[in-house]
Amino acid sequence: MTESPQHPLLEVRDVTKGFPGVIALSHVNLTLGHSEVLALIGENGAGKSTLMKILAGVQEPDSGQLLIGGKPVRIDSVQAAFDHGVALIHQELNLSDNLDVGANIFLGREPRKNGLIDKAKIRDDSRRLLARVGLNVSPDTIVERLPIGQQQLVEIARALSVNARVLIMDEPTSSLSAHEAETLFKVVKDLRSKGVSVIYISHRLGEVKELADRVTVFRDGENAGDLNRDEISHDRMVRLMVGRDVSQFYVRKPHSPGDVALEVKDLVTPANPGHKLNFAIRSGEIVGVAGLVGAGRTEMLQVLFGVDPAVSGNIKVGGKTVRINTPIDAIDAGLALVPEDRKLQGLVLEMAVRTNVGLAGLKRHQKKFGFLNAPQEGADTTEMISKLRIKTPNEQQIVQYLSGGNQQKVVLGKWLSLKPKVLLLDEPTRGIDVGAKQEIYSLMEELAEQGMAILFVSSEMEEILGMSDQTLVMHEGRISGTLTRDELSEEAVMQLATGNDAKEAVA
Amino acid sequence: MLSVVKIFSPDFSIIDKSMKKNLGILGLFLVVFIATAFANPDFVNAYNLENLIRRASLYGIIGIGVSLVIITSGIDLSIGSMIGLVGTMLPYLLVVHGASLFTGLLAVVALSVCIGLIHGLLITRLKLQPFVVTLCGLLIYRGCARWMTGDSVQGFKGNYDSLRYLAIGKIPLGKLPGIGEFNLPVPFLLMIGLAIVAAIFLNKTIYGRYLLALGRNEQAARYSGINTDRMVVLAYVLCSLVAGFGGILFALDSNSIQPDNFGSFYELYAIAAAVLGGCSLRGGQGSIFGVVIGAAILPLLRNSINLLGMPTTLEFAIIGVVILAGVIVDEVVKRLAAKRRAALAAKLAAGD
Repeated sequence: MTESPQHPLLEVRDVTKGFPGVIALSHVNLTLGHSEVLALIGENGAGKSTLMKILAGVQEPDSGQLLIGGKPVRIDSVQAAFDHGVALIHQELNLSDNLDVGANIFLGREPRKNGLIDKAKIRDDSRRLLARVGLNVSPDTIVERLPIGQQQLVEIARALSVNARVLIMDEPTSSLSAHEAETLFKVVKDLRSKGVSVIYISHRLGEVKELADRVTVFRDGENAGDLNRDEISHDRMVRLMVGRDVSQFYVRKPHSPGDVALEVKDLVTPANPGHKLNFAIRSGEIVGVAGLVGAGRTEMLQVLFGVDPAVSGNIKVGGKTVRINTPIDAIDAGLALVPEDRKLQGLVLEMAVRTNVGLAGLKRHQKKFGFLNAPQEGADTTEMISKLRIKTPNEQQIVQYLSGGNQQKVVLGKWLSLKPKVLLLDEPTRGIDVGAKQEIYSLMEELAEQGMAILFVSSEMEEILGMSDQTLVMHEGRISGTLTRDELSEEAVMQLATGNDAKEAVA
Repeated sequence: MLSVVKIFSPDFSIIDKSMKKNLGILGLFLVVFIATAFANPDFVNAYNLENLIRRASLYGIIGIGVSLVIITSGIDLSIGSMIGLVGTMLPYLLVVHGASLFTGLLAVVALSVCIGLIHGLLITRLKLQPFVVTLCGLLIYRGCARWMTGDSVQGFKGNYDSLRYLAIGKIPLGKLPGIGEFNLPVPFLLMIGLAIVAAIFLNKTIYGRYLLALGRNEQAARYSGINTDRMVVLAYVLCSLVAGFGGILFALDSNSIQPDNFGSFYELYAIAAAVLGGCSLRGGQGSIFGVVIGAAILPLLRNSINLLGMPTTLEFAIIGVVILAGVIVDEVVKRLAAKRRAALAAKLAAGD
């Protein structure tokens, strides 16, 4: 293709996209230069993924324009995106892991010879592409035998095989080890030097600082600002993402914690049987759990809540030892879990707000012979809708049609109506807008003030730093350290999260 | 008694809600009914209506049973064979082996419960697929029925009239205008009784709510402290128990039970009734009122095909087309409703 370099490689002009119940993108603009790494950052729900899907041809915008090399283009299918040299590397990899590396790279575009797949050509071309991403494995390796970092490189190789000039990477390091991430950075820099531009989406601001030539920030589906190379700093990025000073965003009042509400001793989870977990939370305390994806945080909450019973260990709630083998045991003991995937584990999406809020309390409030206690359910729902400010036309609205933030409030309402002693939250603000986020933070603060003990898992550093009285950091299935509020810093968390336990070194 | 009154008196919302949800199926029923009545006056004579109501009631009973399983997003394909097994076993025990009425009934009821329990445990403990488990059941129970009786026809030999009253009994209602001397078949009362109990169970107890919730999202239900495995087992036990009850009634009604085909295809009639009545095979959805009407449509269609002089060889094809049309209309209506809800939600979001 011939295009004059005075035009940017890719331009997004005034793009708007709505979904039922939400405006995902409102008149956004974005420019990607030649041989440039552009970081796109923003809170969950800021609209990054939607824009990526539009660029990759998965969705079409309601209005606005896409330009490549200064010429307007229509990207109405993944194939069209490929034809324009745009390829998306999903956060969850899209490989057929039962097939070999070569087959994956050429999936759907297999070279043929006499009507049959030309394996020799696949092998040769794959070797060349794998070399470009610095991956030294045979094209005949079955993908599932590769570690996750190498699978990702296979996916990049596939993108290069369609001559991608724009590579979109959505949270590429979220499941990688520190070493794998380093390899990936090298590959990205190498690709840039060879004329490939990258749109790099990440929550990890450290990575952004290292890689990005420019940063574009989205907030609530709108452009919040751009930063040039010399303007990129942690504080400026955060301020643009959050839209106000962080100190106002996370409101924590000092209050003295009460008795120990949850005590965990030598707990062994089935997911990480080699490690024993020990910690305690006082009532009125908010304890954050930080760590990389796969560190065993979700698994720990699921054991505490009885979804997967513990292998061994002791759990005390309010000073009393409890046996938790099912969620029923956990609820009876006074625990509640807002799970990681609210659509799968938190809500029955096709049912009404009221039904969902009432679901966990059915047994507790039942009348004689198991009859439903409809008045109680109605009262709880009304209370939760007003207390949590759930935006819904009425209590009979099907939860599916609410925004992410309001859905999450319905999950919270379900548990708060039972008045638990200990609230377990797994990524409580994932995929919800900034406004709802702040409401959830102030709710957490309010609940802690009323004496609830809160244990929350979060992958968002800001959240951990802003909300925790105490932070547990996990690494590969064990608690690699505990940080008090005074010791807490991004560097300290990252050290522990990557397995550097020498706490003294950072303190 | 007082508490029972309290539970029932203020709230007709069950009927109200399911009426609304089932307007389509009710409309279809009325259209076929009225059209047939106009086309052939024989349709509304008492004898024909009594027969129709009896068949519809028997199908209704097994339809209600299977709808409980369908609501959990499961399926029971073994109902027809279970009816075959229970239907042959009861006269076989009573007539051939001279068992007492009590022993005979206890045996078939216990067998039905056990079958349901085994289905439920295989599905929840071993995580086998309901389709596979009950498909094997379909083969096994049919084989057992034929082997047990040496494939010979079973019947009640003119005895057990008081028991047969349950299936063939009639309650005289006197002369009705336009119909004549009309007798209400007893199975109709049994079916209505079962429907009321099932509707209350499904809509007014926490267990019904559990079934609906876990049918749509088993994980979310489990995370909400619901013992989902136990509820699924319960659904299969109830389904088999009701199928066994249906088997007893079908046998008493027919009095000539061929072990090799008695009850064949009845599982499909039951499933069709449930689907026509608004149960989604994806689970989490269903109304007993709809199932009852859905079950009535099948014998009504057969009756109409006969009375309208259509070739009976086309019977299955016509029933198939009508069910398909019903399901398509239902889907279209649902999509429109979803669009409306989404639009409402969008308006709300934009209005902040």
